[in-house]
Amino acid sequence: MFKTLLATTALALGLAGAALADDEKTKVGFVYVGPVNDGGWTQGHDHGRKMLEEHFGDTVETVFVENVPEGPDAERVMTQMALTGTDLIFTTSFGFMDPTINVAEKFPDVKFEHATGYKTADNVGTYSARFYEGRAIQGHIAGKMTKSNIVGYIASVPIPEVVRGINSAYIHAQKVNPDVEFKVIWIFEWMNPAKEADAAKALIEQGADVILQHTDSTAPLAAAQEAGGVIGFGQASDMYEYAPSPRVSSIIDNWAPYYIARTQAVMDGTWESAMTWDGISTGMVGIGEITDAVPADVKAEAEAMRDEIAAGTYHPFTGPLNKQDGTPWLAEGEVADDGTLAGMSFFVEGLTGDIPQ
Amino acid sequence: MNFGGIDPVILLASLMVASTPILLAALGEMVVEKSGVLNLGVEGMMITGAVCGFIASVESGSPLVGFIAAAAGGALLAMLFALLTQVFQSTQVPSGLALTLVGVGLASFLGQNYVGVKSPLTTKMPIPLLEDIPVLGPILFRHDAMVYFSLFAVVVVWAVLKFTRAGLILRAVGENHTAAHALGYKVRRVRVLAIGFGGAMAGLGGAYISLIRVPQWTDGITAGIGWIALAIVVFASWKAPRVLIGAYLFGGITVLQLNLQAAGAKVPVELLSMSPFLATIVVLVVISARSKGAAGGPAMLGRIFQAR
Repeated sequence: MFKTLLATTALALGLAGAALADDEKTKVGFVYVGPVNDGGWTQGHDHGRKMLEEHFGDTVETVFVENVPEGPDAERVMTQMALTGTDLIFTTSFGFMDPTINVAEKFPDVKFEHATGYKTADNVGTYSARFYEGRAIQGHIAGKMTKSNIVGYIASVPIPEVVRGINSAYIHAQKVNPDVEFKVIWIFEWMNPAKEADAAKALIEQGADVILQHTDSTAPLAAAQEAGGVIGFGQASDMYEYAPSPRVSSIIDNWAPYYIARTQAVMDGTWESAMTWDGISTGMVGIGEITDAVPADVKAEAEAMRDEIAAGTYHPFTGPLNKQDGTPWLAEGEVADDGTLAGMSFFVEGLTGDIPQ
Repeated sequence: MNFGGIDPVILLASLMVASTPILLAALGEMVVEKSGVLNLGVEGMMITGAVCGFIASVESGSPLVGFIAAAAGGALLAMLFALLTQVFQSTQVPSGLALTLVGVGLASFLGQNYVGVKSPLTTKMPIPLLEDIPVLGPILFRHDAMVYFSLFAVVVVWAVLKFTRAGLILRAVGENHTAAHALGYKVRRVRVLAIGFGGAMAGLGGAYISLIRVPQWTDGITAGIGWIALAIVVFASWKAPRVLIGAYLFGGITVLQLNLQAAGAKVPVELLSMSPFLATIVVLVVISARSKGAAGGPAMLGRIFQAR
């Protein structure tokens, strides 16, 4: 009698397990570094998640955890997600790279996608957007628009992604305005509105009339607005609430098509680890409307550059370019290869200051 | 005057803005601790004040209403702590930590619909005549009302604690609650009032961030400033003027390091970033060491009072 009971229970449990495994829904998890309503980076990813749900309807279930610190905690969150039957997990910050790799090792059947990293495995792919393409356009506008010839740059964490952005913006500002000078402030965080506001104010006090930001909040735009006569750009999200000025354009991350494509691949069983790096051409990087605060000719040039980059006829890192110490990097007409760009850890000639190590 | 692109006058003026939230919160917490209560929930009360102030100011169109709501919000949340520790006699440290968690969550919940919304801007309130004094005028007398209020609060807190009967009772409660109770003072009532005051001040500090310093609402906007305020109270050895020094030092070096970075100073950026913490600790430890040790803490700090 007792044995029968035991057997029945085991059978029931087994069935329940099978039922769970057979669940038709594809479960997709997202690990976010910031809050979903930060108005910037994380909001962009969460928008992609919502589009994913909308696209697949009932066949997809998504889960997300926000405000996950970049460190051991991230590993815990990912493990938890993998344990609860998630098929595909997107980890959306550079600092999640090693945790993603570690957790992926323990769950070979779960697919992982890490944003902005460079480490892959059989079940870990990476994806990132060529934001530097957008920064080239910002740099052009900045160089044309600055009257003080001082452009302030709020840099977040010293990783290649951020360094690339500074270089790209500087190269294109300098191209149209040889006198331009970049002042860079590192705040070592992706999002800290008070610090971002203080940094923006410090830059403005030192004469900057264009503020570029690689941080996620709208605080620098608020500071620019308060100061008056200063322009800035939306970062990650459009930040259109500050248009037409101080926000004159923006770099928008559009992750939705990618999220939909990768989820589809998991559903079809065709998912493979890949390193995706798309830009303006595929729409992963969008250029927010350039407002009328920008003179018509500058706007036209910026839009032309956008179209050339999209068409593949222009690469923002085209020689001749030297490194900061004067050593040659790219010869006339030479284009930087993706490997160098992905690991970029040097400033180009003309930029002052050091990159924190 | 201009040192490597940094104008000291503008620097000092922006120092006061960056320091005001820390000063307000630390001053409130100092009074709480003087009454013998350790409330680690400053961060939670600050962020609650930040969101309450932001919402009220957006809805009413008046920053003043915002600040009043922020003080009320901070004080209300502090009452939760008072209820736990003074009525139910819970241990103060975990209660304070819990208060931070509650506050951060609550603020995030309340603020959901206010992300990306712009609040009415607070106008500066230059003080006539004084603002025209060369150098000092632009540094000291061309700020918003809250900066003046925070400085005024330092003087009032210092004077009340030092010269008034109310201050004496508060300190007596913090130094020896059994004796104060024996003398007929209402220990719990004094402490609840102090906790409420601390909450209101923390709320004001939070609202200063969301309404003036940044100004906007996003989750986690206080970003650890409440913890710095807590630390400054200890390093300032529970003295109002030193709380002022500590807060200004921290805020000042924070602003200075950003300016030095922008000016391209030949100092490693990591060192600059860490300098506010280092300098504040070093200076305040030196001050307190010179005046007979740092052990200025109220004797009953963190102890539970049980009337017998």
